[in-house]
Amino acid sequence: MTYIAKPKLHHPALTHNAAGFTRRDYEGTISTLCAGCGHDSISAAIIHACFELNIEPHRVAKLSGIGCSSKSPTYFLGNSHGFNTVHGRMPSVLTGANLANRELIYLGVSGDGDSASIGLGQFAHVMRRGVNMVYVVMNNGVYGLTKGQFSATADRGSKSKKGAVNQDSAIDLASLAILMGATFVARSFSGDKTQLVPLIKAAISHQGAAILDVISPCVAFNNHAGSTKSYDYIREHNEAMNRLDFITGQEPITADYAPGTVTDVLQHDGTTLRLRKLAEDYDPSDKAGALAHIQERAAAGEVATGLLYLDPLPRDLHEGLNTVAAPLNSLPDEALVPGRAALVKINAGLR
Amino acid sequence: MTIRGNDLQPTDIRNPSYFHKVVDCQWACPAHTPVPEYIRLIAHGRYDDAYMINWKSNVFPGILGRTCDRPCEPACRRGRVEDETLSGSRKEPVAICRLKRVAADFKDDLTGRLPKPLPSNGRRIACIGGGPSSLTVARDLAAIGYRVEVFDEGAKLGGMVRTQIPRFRLPEEVIDEECGYAVGAGDVVVHQTRVNSLKDMLGEGFDAIYVGTGAPRGRALDLPGKTEGEKNIHTGIEWLANVSFGHFTTIGKRVIVLGGGNTAMDCCRTARRLGGEKVTVVVRSGFEEMKASPWEKDDAIAEDIPILNFLAPKSFVVEGGKLVGMMFEPVKAVYDDKGRRDLVPTGESDRFIEGDDVLVAVGQENAFPWIERDIGLEFDRWGLPKLDATTFQSSLPTVFFGGDAAFGPKNIIWAVAHGHDAAISIHKHCEGESLSERPAPGVTVISQKMGIHEWSYDNNVAIDPRTKVPHLAKEAALKNIRAEVELGFDVALAVKEAQRCLNCDVQTVFEGPKCIECDACLDICPMDCITFTPNGEEAELRTRLSAPATNFEQSLYVSPALKTGRIMVKDEDVCLHCGLCAERCPTGAWDMHKYFLEMTHAGCRS
Repeated sequence: MTYIAKPKLHHPALTHNAAGFTRRDYEGTISTLCAGCGHDSISAAIIHACFELNIEPHRVAKLSGIGCSSKSPTYFLGNSHGFNTVHGRMPSVLTGANLANRELIYLGVSGDGDSASIGLGQFAHVMRRGVNMVYVVMNNGVYGLTKGQFSATADRGSKSKKGAVNQDSAIDLASLAILMGATFVARSFSGDKTQLVPLIKAAISHQGAAILDVISPCVAFNNHAGSTKSYDYIREHNEAMNRLDFITGQEPITADYAPGTVTDVLQHDGTTLRLRKLAEDYDPSDKAGALAHIQERAAAGEVATGLLYLDPLPRDLHEGLNTVAAPLNSLPDEALVPGRAALVKINAGLR
Repeated sequence: MTIRGNDLQPTDIRNPSYFHKVVDCQWACPAHTPVPEYIRLIAHGRYDDAYMINWKSNVFPGILGRTCDRPCEPACRRGRVEDETLSGSRKEPVAICRLKRVAADFKDDLTGRLPKPLPSNGRRIACIGGGPSSLTVARDLAAIGYRVEVFDEGAKLGGMVRTQIPRFRLPEEVIDEECGYAVGAGDVVVHQTRVNSLKDMLGEGFDAIYVGTGAPRGRALDLPGKTEGEKNIHTGIEWLANVSFGHFTTIGKRVIVLGGGNTAMDCCRTARRLGGEKVTVVVRSGFEEMKASPWEKDDAIAEDIPILNFLAPKSFVVEGGKLVGMMFEPVKAVYDDKGRRDLVPTGESDRFIEGDDVLVAVGQENAFPWIERDIGLEFDRWGLPKLDATTFQSSLPTVFFGGDAAFGPKNIIWAVAHGHDAAISIHKHCEGESLSERPAPGVTVISQKMGIHEWSYDNNVAIDPRTKVPHLAKEAALKNIRAEVELGFDVALAVKEAQRCLNCDVQTVFEGPKCIECDACLDICPMDCITFTPNGEEAELRTRLSAPATNFEQSLYVSPALKTGRIMVKDEDVCLHCGLCAERCPTGAWDMHKYFLEMTHAGCRS
């Protein structure tokens, strides 16, 4: 772990965004994760994305569970709200926070242990409910804090650092999220910021349940030959379905792409996702097709990345519950607690 | 991946000049003093060691620590990376020069530390002039067994350092001490005599002759009224010398100083101490273009001396046989399309400035009346000797020049650098070796890694504004011409200032084959120096780095192609040398190596 603080000095050309912040203003304290941890790169990508989106840090709530991944919110957005919750229970706390104040941007940060093992139930339900959030899984396939046992996302047949071979099937969180009803599902790699940053930006602008399954190599326990989540393995087997450009406002297509290879998806908030097709027959709006394609790629030993599934018109939790537009925490007590007479009336209606 | 035609080639860090250039201060220093190394030693309280590093490379640390023109400081990286809004003060370099003085002020007895000369090699060298360049030649050559005979007309050595620099900037003891170390380096004999003929000297059987006679003639100003006012019109450097020797102890109450260089600043401040109550500096050019160092201008202004710019001297005004002042014509700067400046009259009426005395400090010239023109030594059309720019050899193979005598007035640190180079040439000449082959610098490279996240240098870069040097109170300073104005840093201030040094000599060294391209270094780098990207042509590549690299003076550190075919590019320009890239690197692809480079002097083999 690094003992010194990152110097406050910065490049002379460092710019301010429209919200008046520099990229450095979105940093947190210096990371205590192992040197070379993929999670730090994901933190850096989140910093880039929030800077580029001109997000005011106090408008973001970071919630996490337990694990290496869940420590990382300390290392970005130091001026945002943070909640380090119980192991595997981040989705519940995030759902509650979102119910109380729908105006914040919710960033759920979890890992493969936190989401795919102890918190698998919570993971499924938060997707089902369509909570408006960005759920980032820093997925390294091992339990790093307990020295490298296989996690539930480790591929069958992959080898541990000690040489043990994993006998269990892997849980694919991206596929599971599509099945469970998430409306924005992407997979990326911590070592590819050109892919990851636009995906994070698009996920933040998405007004529904967005999940990013980010493969994030564990340098200490899962970066050896035989691992399927090492830097080398992912670089060799990464199969990007598309390249995403995130565009605020309407800009014409200027780049010279072959016809049919670029799709613009207008989102609810006025932003545009420009998808450059890389895989010939991949359509991220086709749920069943997407699931099938991911399976095919996996069977071929490849890892499908990019924007895997998108419903551009999501329905979120508040819409389902028909809550008022104003955040609940901003309502006066009279509105939140209607009083005895109202209760009696409701009870009477249930008799 | 193969390198295409215009792609950047991987950096060869074995070339000594690559990392030397990263150490901006050392690169800018004409004598290439290993600045960060001695600053670290000061921070550790090792003043003797700090002094010796300086002594070896620039010979006069105590003198230069007070008077150097400090080319190192504008080059200092600290001045490029500071942020005014964070520090609340200007972007300022480390006070390198004043830290050098700290080493000299706090050093202990150096007995036993000064190198012992080699046994005599039987050769004799003459050094004409007793200034900094001659004494550098004397020290370098005496140390390796030469007998050096120094010829100077002054009662004491030091040359212009002694005659032209006022004692309130440089105490006599410092000059005595450091000239003493230089001539104490071996068999050095000093002749207090003026050399009047180079022809005669050539007949004395010296193996080589070094001419370090400076630029001894102050330029005069031929204007109407000069002859009439003669008694009260003085040439700056001569007047300073007379003050220095105690010949002049007073001056008129109203003094006009002409000129915008450091000599003018010394003149006006000296005049204030000799009774000048209304001292005015008048300069033809604008304030910014003045040749004087900014801090010397500040010091003059702080002593209530106004500096008037854009006034061209027109005539000396003499009434009743006595100088009463000068007429000036207001001018303005006009630039032609090639950017050349011309000073033209503004058309405003002339301006009279009262003055009982005028000090003319408008430049210095070389003068070689003692060199016969028929002995084969060639001069150029400006009256300077024709020299080889690297070897300092004249058209007479046994005669070498250096310091101001070589290429016109510069400053002390250049004189020292010339001296080292001329000494190398003289030694090679005596050994019958080729003069054009110059010795490579000596380089030692040592990893600074102490533990997983521990380095043997202070890598915790903080925002610290430059420490100001305490000054003697103005009233006391103006009363005594020998009272040194700058008091120097005390230990606490010195340590504080030393810690501003970024340790640019602790280099980021990258080993591509170890890199797994995890991005940890580029994510942690506070200055956005590092990029992993496809190779390309330099100008284009510089625009697509993590932060644009617009300073073409500074190198890009380029790795061979990595596993993904990309290259690592590091912009050396604003790197803080904080070592975080190496700390966050999981494989040790980055490491911090201290790169100690020392120039090789005469007779040393690198």
